[in-house]
Amino acid sequence: MPKMGQSVDRFLRREMLPTVWCPGCGNGSIAQALAMALDRLGTEPKDVAVVGGIGCSGRTPFYMATNALHTTHGRALAFATGLKLAQPDLTVVVTSGDGDSLAIGGNHFIQAARRNLDITLLLYNNAIYGMTGGQAAPTTPVGAHTTTSPATGSVENAFDAVELAMAAGATFVARTTTFDMQEMPVFIERALRHHGFSLVEIITQCPTYYGRLNHIGEAPAMLLWERDMTDAQAGQHGGWNTGIFREESRPEYGDQLRRRQSGGGA
Amino acid sequence: MALRMTMGNEAAAMGALAAGCDFFAGYPITPATEILEEMGRRLPARGGVFLQMEDELAAMAAVIGAAWGGARAMTATSGPGFSLMQEHIGYAALTQTPCVVVDAQRGGPSTGLPTLPAQGDVMQARFGAHGDRPAIVLTASSVWEAYAATRQAFALAERHRTPVVVLLDAVIAHMREPVEIFDLPPPGRAPWPGSRTTKPPFGRHPFAPFGGGRDPIVVTGLSHGEDGLPTTGSGQAAERILKDSITAIAHDPELASGVEGFYLDDARWAVVAYGITARAAQAAVESLRAAGVPVGLLKLHVLWPLPEAALIHLADRVDGILVAELNLGQLVMPIRAAVAGRTPVEFVGRADGLLLAPEEIGARLRTGSGSVVTEQGGRRDA
Repeated sequence: MPKMGQSVDRFLRREMLPTVWCPGCGNGSIAQALAMALDRLGTEPKDVAVVGGIGCSGRTPFYMATNALHTTHGRALAFATGLKLAQPDLTVVVTSGDGDSLAIGGNHFIQAARRNLDITLLLYNNAIYGMTGGQAAPTTPVGAHTTTSPATGSVENAFDAVELAMAAGATFVARTTTFDMQEMPVFIERALRHHGFSLVEIITQCPTYYGRLNHIGEAPAMLLWERDMTDAQAGQHGGWNTGIFREESRPEYGDQLRRRQSGGGA
Repeated sequence: MALRMTMGNEAAAMGALAAGCDFFAGYPITPATEILEEMGRRLPARGGVFLQMEDELAAMAAVIGAAWGGARAMTATSGPGFSLMQEHIGYAALTQTPCVVVDAQRGGPSTGLPTLPAQGDVMQARFGAHGDRPAIVLTASSVWEAYAATRQAFALAERHRTPVVVLLDAVIAHMREPVEIFDLPPPGRAPWPGSRTTKPPFGRHPFAPFGGGRDPIVVTGLSHGEDGLPTTGSGQAAERILKDSITAIAHDPELASGVEGFYLDDARWAVVAYGITARAAQAAVESLRAAGVPVGLLKLHVLWPLPEAALIHLADRVDGILVAELNLGQLVMPIRAAVAGRTPVEFVGRADGLLLAPEEIGARLRTGSGSVVTEQGGRRDA
């Protein structure tokens, strides 16, 4: 695992520590991986904006030493769209949870994938609503227990964010886990370097709610659960495939708009 | 100067461009769509960004994001879309983000009367977002005023770092009047005055967006102080910023002078009206004046903050006030509160998609408060 040194530190906003996240939460690992990826990109904090939605994931911008835009529930991608188009030189990263991006913000998710604007979405998928206390999410697996599906487990089918993004036309689509701290910063860096809309879905642990309500255990047990749920047989046992599923070049939305500008209008 | 027949919506778009607007995000909705289309035609040619979003929530979000990206940003909508924007108008207020929203009002509630006028968003424009916040709301009763109000909205948004709403209505939005061809400034983005090197990013300090080599900051819809960092333990720092902003807006002389008087010097009764209704009110007053009845009109260009001083000054001079608006009684409520019993305040309104006719207003003006305003200026029981 690459060492977190001074150069990674420069992307972290120390005065905001400690975080609001529970002990054992996976979000700190994602924030660290993002800092590592930004560092490897060779950019400066002032040239980056991290845009968060509402929920545990949406708090990430507070802990990054970059420009931070902590927005409203579900709409971070729409804020980021305006920000990136108004200032194309900024590297724009969105941190959003599965409820934020796939329930209340589901439309913005598919529209952003369709537009192919050069922003990177880190979708923290813990399969549950953490900040509000463990309710069912659109990603909650069938049968999984939440505070709003307590007796029988969830009876709703779950979204697959990767398939959804691919169908909507995203040009970079990847999935990794907080179990794999080798892979995660590599995927995030590749997503940041991709010129177009990039999605990195990160399966992350919520020991406080998902782990407890589903009797998986604390963070170490949950990391092993992530490992098992993303193994080579993931397709057979209802887990998640990981990897980079699409990385292709298509006209980027901002470039298209600017081409139209220089052409003097339609 | 040549005159050209111009639609109200087109004039609003031109007012925005004249003010330096270089970003528009919107969603089609009658009767505001022509603003979207006009910006879609004109902004790219001026090097600006035009964006049709997936809904009004996203449009308002993109506008706020663009403002933090340094743009002079605007959206335009009508009732149902304006309702959807309320959360983000509140967000813009708390994050002190300068931006402009044009709302071409139509009959409501709900889908209502998409092609017919109303003035039913007056209270929503002030109080539609949850929580307490400063608010600036302008309006227009002619095509020229739609231009002027939208242009002014950008200056006010920048000065007070808050979203500014321009209320049009379906008639002003769609009607055409001859106006002088508008001169536009050369394209390009004027720098924002704010500097973060010497001032905190929030509070009564000029706006400075992300980038441009400035130090990074935190922008959040959580309660925060001047440094922008969330303060969930207590809301005192945020309350102070909001109160300072409300006070500054209340004392802005440009806003306080947002009224226009007609025949008020010797008026015994006065009608208070705004937007399309002010035109009917003016016709009613002129008709009664021609018959020798001493009535006048106070036309409002600024709805919020309510021009209280002008209303109190009026109330101290007349025998009564008639508030005329295309709703079932909205601005009449704060006007009654401001007048505080100095004079009777009557109301005439409708919400069926039809305009108030001059005769309708005139008849009520003549028989205000159960009495008749006579040609001699006295009153007798009706």
